[in-house]
Amino acid sequence: MLDFMQMIASGIAVGSTYALMGIAMVIIYKTSEVPNFAQGEMALISSFFAFMLLDQYGLPYHLAFAAALIFSILLGFFLEFSILRRAKEPNVLGLIVITIGIEMILLGLVSWKFGADPKSMPFPISPWESFAIGNVFVSQLEMLTLVVALIIMVILFVFLRYSKLGVAMKATQQNHIAARIMGIRTNRIMMITWGISSFVGCVAGLLIAPTTMQPFMMWDPLLKGFAAAVMGGMTSLPGAVVAAYLLGIIENLFGGYVSIEFKSAVAFAIIVLVLCIKPSGLFARHYIKKV
Amino acid sequence: MDMKRHYYEDVQLFTSGVIVFWFGAFIVFLALFPFVVKNYYVYVANYMAINVIVVIGLNLLVGYTGQISLGHAGFFAIGAYGTVVLMSKASFPFIVALPAAALVAALFGFLLGLPALRLEGPYLAIATLGFGLTITQIIGRIEFFGGRQGLHTPELTIGPWHLDTDIDFYYLLITLTVLLAVAARNLIKTRVGRAFIAIRDADIAAETMGVNLVMYKTLAFAVSAFYAGIAGGLYAFVLRFIEPEIFTLLMSIMFLAMVIVGGLGSIMGSIAGACLLSWMDLQLRNILSIPYVGLWLEALSQSYFSITGISNIQYIVFGLILVLIMLFEPLGIFGIWIRTKKYWKTWPF
Repeated sequence: MLDFMQMIASGIAVGSTYALMGIAMVIIYKTSEVPNFAQGEMALISSFFAFMLLDQYGLPYHLAFAAALIFSILLGFFLEFSILRRAKEPNVLGLIVITIGIEMILLGLVSWKFGADPKSMPFPISPWESFAIGNVFVSQLEMLTLVVALIIMVILFVFLRYSKLGVAMKATQQNHIAARIMGIRTNRIMMITWGISSFVGCVAGLLIAPTTMQPFMMWDPLLKGFAAAVMGGMTSLPGAVVAAYLLGIIENLFGGYVSIEFKSAVAFAIIVLVLCIKPSGLFARHYIKKV
Repeated sequence: MDMKRHYYEDVQLFTSGVIVFWFGAFIVFLALFPFVVKNYYVYVANYMAINVIVVIGLNLLVGYTGQISLGHAGFFAIGAYGTVVLMSKASFPFIVALPAAALVAALFGFLLGLPALRLEGPYLAIATLGFGLTITQIIGRIEFFGGRQGLHTPELTIGPWHLDTDIDFYYLLITLTVLLAVAARNLIKTRVGRAFIAIRDADIAAETMGVNLVMYKTLAFAVSAFYAGIAGGLYAFVLRFIEPEIFTLLMSIMFLAMVIVGGLGSIMGSIAGACLLSWMDLQLRNILSIPYVGLWLEALSQSYFSITGISNIQYIVFGLILVLIMLFEPLGIFGIWIRTKKYWKTWPF
């Protein structure tokens, strides 16, 4: 029983990073229908930017992290403006290829600059010191990740539902020609969407960096976050969050009770199963194409 | 002049005598190639030929049927492991082991095609991607398949012949590549190929016209996986040693990149794209030895980047190629070829 609770706790902790990545992907997919494979590497380059400021220029934490977050927003703006907007009427395959291309460029830049060997990211909270809640041990970093993830989720949820910008984003998603006629600058909305998404990804990256810091560190969170987003229906924020926590917990339980070796393979088996039963995810209404 | 007057003109393999001539010339060139170049280039040609096989298969799926696969490294791994295990553990001859392994890959392709019937776009991408990752994870954890240590490839013998040099292997490989390329072109010209294209262009319309979606979509996956399986089995003999770390997500992405660079929906384009990107891949592995650019990059690395990470420039190059191709020439090399041809045909105008 104790093991069980411990596994659930670590599952929730891992699920938080998946959830952040999943949310970041959903935000972009909702507004522009781009399955953004570059999400992980956008977070990666922002985290390494923070690392560079801390390690080479000796900036204090709050300045370095703030700079990294601003950098990530600008990066999102830049990528949308310079690449995605230039693509003329691309299909899904085209968008996937473009974002994979961006992903490889960013990955190449980071690993060219910093090399492939693991780094240790300085962080105000130790990732190894833990405290006990009842009999369950949770590390301080895991706790922080969970709290930050929840705060971001709530803010985003409120923002997307009630703010003027959030409503404009929804309008753009539903029919961007009509939105444009109504006076919404859809191009600007796209840019802002990419900025927000990149920001959320960067938060996830900064929270992952203290435990592992090397150029491939974002692949696993990205793929699991993407998997969670797909499982939740690609357009539903709460869906992505629920699916991410489910994935994290199931993965940990599977690792604990069945086989630790196939732990990360099980997530994809679940995805394929879920998609077989509900092809557009758990929380999205099934969209039937009209001819 | 391009007007077709008879059904036969639509299905024939070679549309004109000029094409027959160039095809013959190309075959002669391939046959004489090992005699005129250094041994290293024969190895390069082998590497290219293997990528050509996978990319033709992937293009049948992505370019002609309009499905997405980010998991072809999985089929590739099944082919490689299948061939090696059948030969070394079950002592099958190569002639039987290679097609058998490819058929196993095709079976997995069929199985992956089943959920793909209901999926499209990003959903299909994540499902195939998950498949590719899972296969290598499972293979890497089973002791029978050599686990993390990998497996050594056995000696390659076909009947009385020992194929132990690169040149011997080259002839086997080129024969198979040409056969498979012609087979793919032939497939596209038949009823099956037309069904694939109809599914790509509008699957619902195709279904109302009587195309059996279940059969042709799974068939596309199976054929594509079969090609990848054959290529994987052959790749084991190029490397002489296989381990799970070879068959990564990056490999699937590279296959897709070759398809895109060559041009969606074109066999000739696939061949060109696979050769170009494999060549670049081999060249970029020792980037510092490229004349002029190498020195400049070394200086750049020392002042702004790190010299240890310089081999990662290849990611930047491939990423840039993907982005630029998609932005400016979505049909890749094939698109450039079509435009050049049109330009010269109508020349002074």
